[in-house]
Amino acid sequence: MNNKPRKELVVSAIENGTVIDHIPAEKVFQVIKILNLDKTESQVLFGTNLDSHKYGTKGIIKVQGKYFEREEINKIALVAPSATLIEIKNFQVVLKKHVEIPDHVIKIAKCVNPNCITNHENITTKFRVLNEQAKELKLKCHYCEKYTDKENMVFY
Amino acid sequence: MKDKSLVSINDFSLEERTGILKLAGEFEQNPRQDILKEYVVATLFFEPSTRTRLSFESAASRLGAKVIGFTDAASSSVKKGESLKDTILTVSNYSDIIVMRHPKEGSARFASEVSPVPIINAGDGSNQHPTQTMLDLYSIQKTQGKLNGLEIAFVGDLKYGRTVHSLVIALCDYNTTFHLISPLELKLPSYVKQHIKDRKLEYHQYTELEEALPKMDILYMTRIQKERFSDPIEYEKVKNAYILKNKMLESARENLKVLHPLPRVNEINEDVDSNLKAYYFQQAQNGVYVRQALLSSILGVKQI
Ligand SMILES: [Zn+2]
Repeated sequence: MNNKPRKELVVSAIENGTVIDHIPAEKVFQVIKILNLDKTESQVLFGTNLDSHKYGTKGIIKVQGKYFEREEINKIALVAPSATLIEIKNFQVVLKKHVEIPDHVIKIAKCVNPNCITNHENITTKFRVLNEQAKELKLKCHYCEKYTDKENMVFY
Repeated sequence: MKDKSLVSINDFSLEERTGILKLAGEFEQNPRQDILKEYVVATLFFEPSTRTRLSFESAASRLGAKVIGFTDAASSSVKKGESLKDTILTVSNYSDIIVMRHPKEGSARFASEVSPVPIINAGDGSNQHPTQTMLDLYSIQKTQGKLNGLEIAFVGDLKYGRTVHSLVIALCDYNTTFHLISPLELKLPSYVKQHIKDRKLEYHQYTELEEALPKMDILYMTRIQKERFSDPIEYEKVKNAYILKNKMLESARENLKVLHPLPRVNEINEDVDSNLKAYYFQQAQNGVYVRQALLSSILGVKQI
């Protein structure tokens, strides 16, 4: 018999939509911003500084009634490479996967170089992702060839 | 090669670079040919660079091409707020190839993506200036009879000079041994050194010019600018240490040549000019042949 008390959900379950789990606690608000969840009309539930076996603390975001395009989810991988993406339909998990750090990033990040042409003309940014060590994740601008490191990443 | 834009030196394979250098040699033998008389070359200088523009215009004119364009953004529609894309699309209606110089990094890459005619980058901010690199390679090959296995010294501001970075990276294809002579504050950036290491080549760093001089095949001089120093006292301390004087060349190898991307300020004493080792003015002249080779091969008139 299982006599462990049922673990109470800190953030309530959703019927349909997306759960982004295992976000580093301090990145939750950044992820919200990257995914434009501060501007969405969907119901958004989130928690941060929650207990996690794996990471000590973690954050979680649940978005009711919304599924994300791959390109959108790639954006979070840049700040929260450990995040898990869970898609829920009818309270059931239908898809569970890790977010992936993309090889290329198109349109979502700004070039750190103030003298880059993409910061002066209406140009879609393109970067190659350099990720030799997860800690040193860098974006190389397709246009000015300068590097944007993790600390300086700004998202549209 | 036909219709291929040249934005960064890496856009051309080693074979293509070799072909361009060979073709430049043919133009040196015979610089006046009417082979581009059907063509219009546009030179769009969004910032002035008289030297580079004149070199391109001379190259085009001596091959019979018509040259159109502007010499700085103030005299063009850019001043009225036209986007780079619109300028390129408009000018491409009037020309077969566009040579452009622009103060913003990445501008030439962007132009090459929107332009229906090929683009030659004549400098995009601090990023790339591939025709300079090509003329440097040509000058080194011409004076040394080869590119492979040379001892090449770079002197002065190795930190900010894009000319140096591009040339060092290009020379990594030729088994070069690098000698890097600069003040501590102006050392070659680590990403360029990493490139040398990745290719399993040697580099040596010095703070004294005279120390390295006797072993060199090429001495590539650059200007040290006061505004690059955080501490003006530091500048005063080093500013004279990287000035080449004729007397210093006595210890040099017979085949040594002194190169400089020009304009120089005072880093090469004028008494060096008459020394046979001084090569910087011929180097600039070589730029015309290299640009003739690039224009004619990209327009498809010459095969490489
Ligand atoms: Zn950029």
